[in-house]
Amino acid sequence: MVTGHSSESEFGDLHRRLFILRVGLLLVVALLGLRLWHLQIHEGPYYRDLSENNRTRLVLLEPARGLIYDRHGVLLANNVPSFSLYVMLEDVKDREFLIQQLTDLLGLDPALVRKKMTAKGSKLIPRKIKDRMTLRDATLVESHRLDMPGVMIQVESQRNYPGGVTAAHLLGYVGEISADQLEKPEFLDLHQGSIVGQYGVEKSYDRHMRGMAGQKSVEVDALGHEKKASVVERPQAGNDLYLTIDVRLQKVAEDLLGEEQGAIVALDPNSGDILAMASRPGFDPNVLSRELTTKQWVEIVQDEGRPLNNRASQGQYPPGSTFKIPMAVAALETKTMSPSSTVFCNGGYQFGKRLYHDWKASGHGYVDLHNALVHSCDVYFYTIGQRMGIDVMAEFGKDFGLGKATGVELPSERSGIMPSTAWKQKAKNEQWLPGETISAAIGQGYVTVTPLQMASLVGTVANDGVNYRPRLVQAVMDRTSGNLQELPAVPRGKINAKPETFRVIKDALADVVTKGTATKAKSSVVTIGGKTGTAQVAALRTGPEENIPKKFRDHAWFVAFAPVESPKIAVAVLAEHMGHGGATAAPLAKEVIETYMKLTPQIPAVTSDLSRGNQAGRSVKDS
Amino acid sequence: MINRLTEHRGLDSFDIRYVALIVAILGIGVLSIYSVTHGHQSGTAPYYLKQLIWIGLGVAAFLVMWASDYHHLARFAYPAYAVILLMLIFVLFEGRTSKGAQRWIALGPLNFQPSEFAKLVLILVLAHYYSKAPRVGWLQRVIVPGLLVLPGLLLILKQPDLGSGLSFVAVYAAMLLMVGVRSQALGFILLFSIMLFPFAWEGVWGSLHDYQRQRIMAFVDPGYDPAGKGYHALQSKIAIGSGELLGKGLYGGTQSQLRFLPEGHTDFVFAVFAEEWGFLGVLVLLTLFVALMWLSLEIASKAKDQLGALLAVGIVAMLCFCVVINIGMTAGMFPIVGIPLPLVSYGGSATIMTMASLGLLLNVKRKRLSLFY
Repeated sequence: MVTGHSSESEFGDLHRRLFILRVGLLLVVALLGLRLWHLQIHEGPYYRDLSENNRTRLVLLEPARGLIYDRHGVLLANNVPSFSLYVMLEDVKDREFLIQQLTDLLGLDPALVRKKMTAKGSKLIPRKIKDRMTLRDATLVESHRLDMPGVMIQVESQRNYPGGVTAAHLLGYVGEISADQLEKPEFLDLHQGSIVGQYGVEKSYDRHMRGMAGQKSVEVDALGHEKKASVVERPQAGNDLYLTIDVRLQKVAEDLLGEEQGAIVALDPNSGDILAMASRPGFDPNVLSRELTTKQWVEIVQDEGRPLNNRASQGQYPPGSTFKIPMAVAALETKTMSPSSTVFCNGGYQFGKRLYHDWKASGHGYVDLHNALVHSCDVYFYTIGQRMGIDVMAEFGKDFGLGKATGVELPSERSGIMPSTAWKQKAKNEQWLPGETISAAIGQGYVTVTPLQMASLVGTVANDGVNYRPRLVQAVMDRTSGNLQELPAVPRGKINAKPETFRVIKDALADVVTKGTATKAKSSVVTIGGKTGTAQVAALRTGPEENIPKKFRDHAWFVAFAPVESPKIAVAVLAEHMGHGGATAAPLAKEVIETYMKLTPQIPAVTSDLSRGNQAGRSVKDS
Repeated sequence: MINRLTEHRGLDSFDIRYVALIVAILGIGVLSIYSVTHGHQSGTAPYYLKQLIWIGLGVAAFLVMWASDYHHLARFAYPAYAVILLMLIFVLFEGRTSKGAQRWIALGPLNFQPSEFAKLVLILVLAHYYSKAPRVGWLQRVIVPGLLVLPGLLLILKQPDLGSGLSFVAVYAAMLLMVGVRSQALGFILLFSIMLFPFAWEGVWGSLHDYQRQRIMAFVDPGYDPAGKGYHALQSKIAIGSGELLGKGLYGGTQSQLRFLPEGHTDFVFAVFAEEWGFLGVLVLLTLFVALMWLSLEIASKAKDQLGALLAVGIVAMLCFCVVINIGMTAGMFPIVGIPLPLVSYGGSATIMTMASLGLLLNVKRKRLSLFY
């Protein structure tokens, strides 16, 4: 097997062929050598010049971020060009001299400029020294740029919110990607300096809106100035969002709260569309989308009013008497009470050693369910709560979405608490006390809710138990295909209760407004049903309301829907430290509802205008 | 086996020269990889360290191939080819994608590239085929081996991996030439047309309009240079050219250090080397390669049987092809196809495969000296 099978002559032939192969090898390598000699010796100086003076760099082209519109196509967020000052340290000859020049020219803080220039990082990546420059400053720098090698002005895309503080909590703001975010898989294709949504729908819909970066190759001269550029890969613009809010209603809701702290949520019970979601105090997303100084940031974070907190979805408050709505449903459905059976209220409810007061010290006398809701009789609900027990109450509360996040498209939504014996065992490792059931029955104690949950709850009641997930985004416009993708409403099933139950309760809620605790919500325009509530902040009271420091005063609640006959809008108002709901919160809800009824018929809905806005998207940023 | 080994002479001066050449080229590779990637990486192990690990594995592969008997190896040629084909099929469906091509199989933390190993297996297959029986006539000499090559070639082109596909064709052509076809001229034309391809290409390629080139390149290898603007080719040419006679010195290559040159540690490592060491360095590297090929051809011509000679010729042809095409492409002589520079470019599969091939070559030489048994 060792010798080959082929004939000797053929094997011998191999040597001749190998000789030719050797000659071929030498020939080809010689040609390679010749080519390299040509490149390195003959044309060497030319290429050396190119490598030193005409450096070609691959530069990222930032995509245009998707725009945000309200339900009728009113622009809420776009991109505008802005000038930023960059310094390429590699090209800077005398750093201190440059700092001096910039300080003289633009009046910048020399310490801050120095800090930015000496921060860790590559000398080859341009550093942003100042953003949002005025046109005047930018021109000034451009006219001096020959004296300041390494300095460049870049036109960048800056996120802009034309409405300022309007809908700030919903829209959110954008900012440079953080080091932590860069590690996460969802930001895989991004890089240091990428702009991403940091709050609101800017954050929750970031993937849709951010688009895809492109690339261009840029030749720069020895001073770092761009000489020639060619696009290698076009950036892909992000998708546009159409929100469910009506910005006119949103503005009204925000103005109604004014300087007070609180939240107003209005939604369409027939779809879950959030029509307005106001939270006060607010912030200007234009400011937060810029580079903030540490001082500015600390000021915002440490503000006592916590302006970054979206009270509508993140604020958790005891529901107070508004909780009597699901309690009433529970009482009828469990047959704890019939609509006609009564409870005698003498102004207090004795349980064990403790007397639980009614808000009306003289009592309401004999009350049925209707009157208990209309006049918000506490004793009636103490009684039925005691009869049902906390776990039955919790079951109904959960059916109405309490104790869990609604799933609205906003980051960090809070879920509130719907307590039960199991919850207390788990959360506090303690036994449920019978007295706690009585507090819970009127929405005090451990029960907490968000205004968004309450708006959804009252909407569900108005809609005879049919429930939709509250939503903020109704359509996404795909920029690449030009298709407008309408997102369907998200049904969340139906509360299992008799139509009769809802009829009885809605009747009572209508009477709350016509002759009960919320006559201040009575409207000449539309029939309104609602329920007041007062969330206790401090347990101990001394003297009349006016004498208590404001921060210990109760929160005012009002939840409502309208028109009573065929509900189109459900509203929840929470005004912090504003006392009784009927006096302060109810008029606000009425204003919101009346505004909304007057707004219809509406201006034409969503249009697919591709040419709108976004010239700023073509701007460039060095990577 | 041990007895047999002791029968043979140990390392002679030929072996030492041979191994010294390999070590010198590997050293140039590690140095260039170190130069271009130092300081750029954080977190993972630096490339030059990983390359040293690949070289360690390559040494093991080299020793195994050297110590075994190529006659035994050749007997496993067909089953090995079947396994490689299955892997190539697997890679099409389950492989890891990088830069638009599916070439890798993930093995734990490692990515294994079967197309590299396919080249060596193909050499074994063809050498085995031709030496097993006298192959006469067009059918047996050309068509049947051609059909053997075809499935592997098609699977590799499908990935797409144009570079490995071309190597397949080159190996086939070289083997065909060595066994001789009826018209020898045909074989020479085939081989030389592949070798001279770069020069002919420049004439044709240079005359095309930009958009025509882009279309051709987009057709041939869509993932490599997405815009077809010749960014890689231009940067590589600037890097090599600006090295001039003496080079810019270690770490001095602005093109590679400032990251204008992409893939500096893999396919374009030659440009990094040429920029930092200049034309003199290039001459040294080319001389090392030529000397290695020369010694390899020496082994081929002194092989004691046809199987050994064909194996040696196949391996030399494959290495020559990769060296010429890689340097030619970095020097801007013809379009960029992803072929690494043997023993120099960073890459596990290629390094191990190349060193295994060189081990096999030395095995052919060792057997020549052994007694009949």
